[in-house]
Amino acid sequence: MNIVSTILLICGLLFFTGGAVGIIRMPDFYSRLHPAGKLDTMGILMTMTAVALYNLHDFSIGTVLSSLKIILIVAFLFITSPTATHAIVDAGVRAGLGPWTKEETKEENDLAT
Amino acid sequence: MVDREKQYSHQKQSQPESNQSSLKIPPTKKSRTPFLLTFFVAFATWIVLSGKFDLFHLTLGIISCLIVASFSGDLMLSDTRKKGLPYQWLLFIQYLPWLLYQVFLANIHVMYLVFHPKMMELIDPRIIRFKSRLNREMSHLIFANSITLTPGTITVFVSIYGDYAVHAIDEKCGQSLPGEMEKRVAKILGE
Amino acid sequence: MDTVFFYSSIYLSIIMAISLYRAVFGPTILDRLIGVNAIGSKTTALLVLIGLIYHRVDLFIDIALAYAMLNFIAVLAASRYFQKRKGLYDETPRD
Repeated sequence: MNIVSTILLICGLLFFTGGAVGIIRMPDFYSRLHPAGKLDTMGILMTMTAVALYNLHDFSIGTVLSSLKIILIVAFLFITSPTATHAIVDAGVRAGLGPWTKEETKEENDLAT
Repeated sequence: MVDREKQYSHQKQSQPESNQSSLKIPPTKKSRTPFLLTFFVAFATWIVLSGKFDLFHLTLGIISCLIVASFSGDLMLSDTRKKGLPYQWLLFIQYLPWLLYQVFLANIHVMYLVFHPKMMELIDPRIIRFKSRLNREMSHLIFANSITLTPGTITVFVSIYGDYAVHAIDEKCGQSLPGEMEKRVAKILGE
Repeated sequence: MDTVFFYSSIYLSIIMAISLYRAVFGPTILDRLIGVNAIGSKTTALLVLIGLIYHRVDLFIDIALAYAMLNFIAVLAASRYFQKRKGLYDETPRD
């Protein structure tokens, strides 16, 4: 059980790292949202699953309830994270920020329309 | 207070047999499924969060969940139509593993993009517009959140007529869009 | 097992410091909001890990849950608020 939860924890930390590096490296704010909102969600899922498994080590009512609460956190984040991402995107669209595109694809789009 | 609660719980017992008849308190025309669903969700949350199973705490939980459910029962599910709701929840639970698998695959893809040294040449952000054939609010909600959860795509705009604008991070993510996910969501809500 | 949790907490803090770069130097307000959101979701995980280190998980989980809710509300309110402000996209663009 310890090994499984350690592996899950490390996978989750890897996803978190991807999210942080992605926030730094991406060129504009729309594409920054891709790693920010969702690699974090996956990292939360992984780390919380690891913690819940480790928590069930000595089995009793209290630990089961704690693990259920952890699952509740994960479910809550799975509902709210897309909503927050969508709210930020919506604010950007209403402010009139255009998405960053590559030059040549932009020209192609202009020709196509 | 206790009498009132007993009446409510009695009605709750007899609810499944008589679906739209015999509503004495309070006289509403609406179906009572949203009320019961909100009550059960709130009460399950109460039990998990409190963790005490003696009579006093359970009674407090029932009373407060009844109050909350009577205030906000029609907020959670405004769109109730025929089709037994429990059955839909079962279908929704069947949908979850597939969604998790998709989220995992797409996360790996975004991780590959992020750690790639030549990231700026690989990504190609664009906004895709398409029209969906879903026509219920709930399915729009589930579909838009699923699009946002699978990385590589973010829902930018949804109208109630089913016009979607989606920001995709590269071409491969955008191509698969209306396709299978829409079919699955449509299957859940019985369209 | 405690050492594993301890070192992963430290690693998580370092990642949060990386995200802090975007929250401080972000060219637009919305970039800062993204940084804040990322830090918030990492804090939720960090709180549970701290609870495991101190052997008081049941106490810290409630704090983590409340923190997740507060983070969500804060991001939602801030994005609703700043979309009415002019000058959102007048700051120097970063390439």
